[in-house]
Amino acid sequence: MTLGAALLVIAIFVGIMISLISGSWLALHTFGWGFLTTSVWNPVTEKFGAFAAIFGTLVTSALAMIIAVPLGIGIAIFLTELCPRPLKRPVGIAIELLAGVPSIIYGIWGLFVFAPFFQQNVEPWIIDTFGNVPYLQDVFAGPPYGIGTFTAALILSIMILPFISAVTRDVFETVPPMLKEAAYGVGCTTWEVMNRIVLPFSRPGVVGGAMLALGRALGETMAVTFVIGNAHHINESLLAPGTTISATIANEFTEALGDLYVSSLIGLGLILFGITFIVLAVAQIMLKSLERRAGGKSA
Amino acid sequence: MNRGIYARRRAVNAIFLVLSTAAAAIGIIALVLILYALLKNGFAGLSADVFTKDTPAPGSAGGLANAILGSVLMSVVAVVVGTPIGMLAGTYLAEYGRHSWLAFIIRFVNDIMLSAPSIIIGLFIYQLIVVRMHHFSAWAGMAALAVIVIPVVVRTTENMLLLVPNTLREAAASIGAPRAISIRAVTWRAARAGIVTGVLLAIARISGETAPLLFTALNNQFWSTDPNAPMASLPIVIFQFANSAYEDWHTLAWAGALLITAAVLTLSIFARLLESRQR
Repeated sequence: MTLGAALLVIAIFVGIMISLISGSWLALHTFGWGFLTTSVWNPVTEKFGAFAAIFGTLVTSALAMIIAVPLGIGIAIFLTELCPRPLKRPVGIAIELLAGVPSIIYGIWGLFVFAPFFQQNVEPWIIDTFGNVPYLQDVFAGPPYGIGTFTAALILSIMILPFISAVTRDVFETVPPMLKEAAYGVGCTTWEVMNRIVLPFSRPGVVGGAMLALGRALGETMAVTFVIGNAHHINESLLAPGTTISATIANEFTEALGDLYVSSLIGLGLILFGITFIVLAVAQIMLKSLERRAGGKSA
Repeated sequence: MNRGIYARRRAVNAIFLVLSTAAAAIGIIALVLILYALLKNGFAGLSADVFTKDTPAPGSAGGLANAILGSVLMSVVAVVVGTPIGMLAGTYLAEYGRHSWLAFIIRFVNDIMLSAPSIIIGLFIYQLIVVRMHHFSAWAGMAALAVIVIPVVVRTTENMLLLVPNTLREAAASIGAPRAISIRAVTWRAARAGIVTGVLLAIARISGETAPLLFTALNNQFWSTDPNAPMASLPIVIFQFANSAYEDWHTLAWAGALLITAAVLTLSIFARLLESRQR
């Protein structure tokens, strides 16, 4: 019976793959490899290409990671090395609890609070500042919409921040205290201990945790859908509206008419599943290797 | 003694300490701002009507009663279905499979499903149930949520069973208890608080899930307990109301968001208390 339940887990996983492939068969068959590389998305003429959505997914996630990973590691360092002892547990617990807040909360905050603020106070400034810098003037061009790729990336980074901090802190705590004490004993500064002892020791864990966060960011639907603007074209400017795979599916699936439209949306889901599978699999492998080195602490 | 090097090391260290404290400050400020906005707007929208009236048409008064009912109903069924499956699978991993290649694969697949995008699970259930039934239904929503519950329960059950000392299992075996009985009467019982923690975390997880319900349970403007019909749920109503142009719908969306967050945080805190007792 327990084996049956365990096999059911595999069955569900295989079922997900089969249903995504069979559901997207029509679209993949019709458009071939062009589905991946074209960015036309026109329900009227029934021409669909996933490139704009893939591009938006990768860009928002990459930006979110660039912002959230250094901040998350900073918070973890603060918690393990700098935080006054009485504050350590409450702040740590608060961050872990925030990691469990549903993403729709971040989405609604982004839409009603952050986007208007960003539109009125930050975007005009960005546009003015970079307006005459070559190259950057294209990246930060256009009217301040408030919603757009950049806003979505910022909301995503805030959403994955508690998660990265919590995982990184746990990983830092697997570093044997003797190693750190030895380094402090020979006169290392806190920075040197972190940089030369703790980070090298825990690198696979930190990278694995970051990859888990990336997996979340790539597939995140609700935090993004509210603020990205759902525009199916690739714009050079980060301030312009864009779309991601999950935002496209969430916005259009229930309104999609025609087999080819639905099939293309499921095709997007298949691509998303493929990307996140690879990212999550790498994350697993990295985290497992750390576990083994830490002496099978959790095994 | 080289004072230059000391001074530089100290300076680098100071810069680094300032930067990581700043990172912590930025992160915490951002999160506090979100909670502040949520509390302010949420409490502004909260009233007795929220719990007693159904979702309104734009412009008329109403509440979230049908959405709360839908969320609770679907979560309960999903947990009731998902928990036994997850528990049994977790037991297999911890007690029978342990180091076998099959257990290795199941662990790997389970951990992927644990963090796979939930919208994918919505697509899966859509194809599996909605397409066959030819209409959206609460059944499909429950199934989608159950698929999300299973990996969470599998992971915590396995972890908690592994914390049970082997001497307990050996003691049970030495008095002649067959494995099945020793698992039921000894290891499950020893890990009970931990397993309940997992179930609480799973409830917390699904009560805020929006994406998998979008095209399974859909939405319903009216009070409905019919699992064959579409059913409202808090996250979907928030999604729909927040994206609308009506001010009173926005207020209700904030109230709903506050309710979900309060529920999730309460569950997580309970789970944490139980877990600390287990360890």
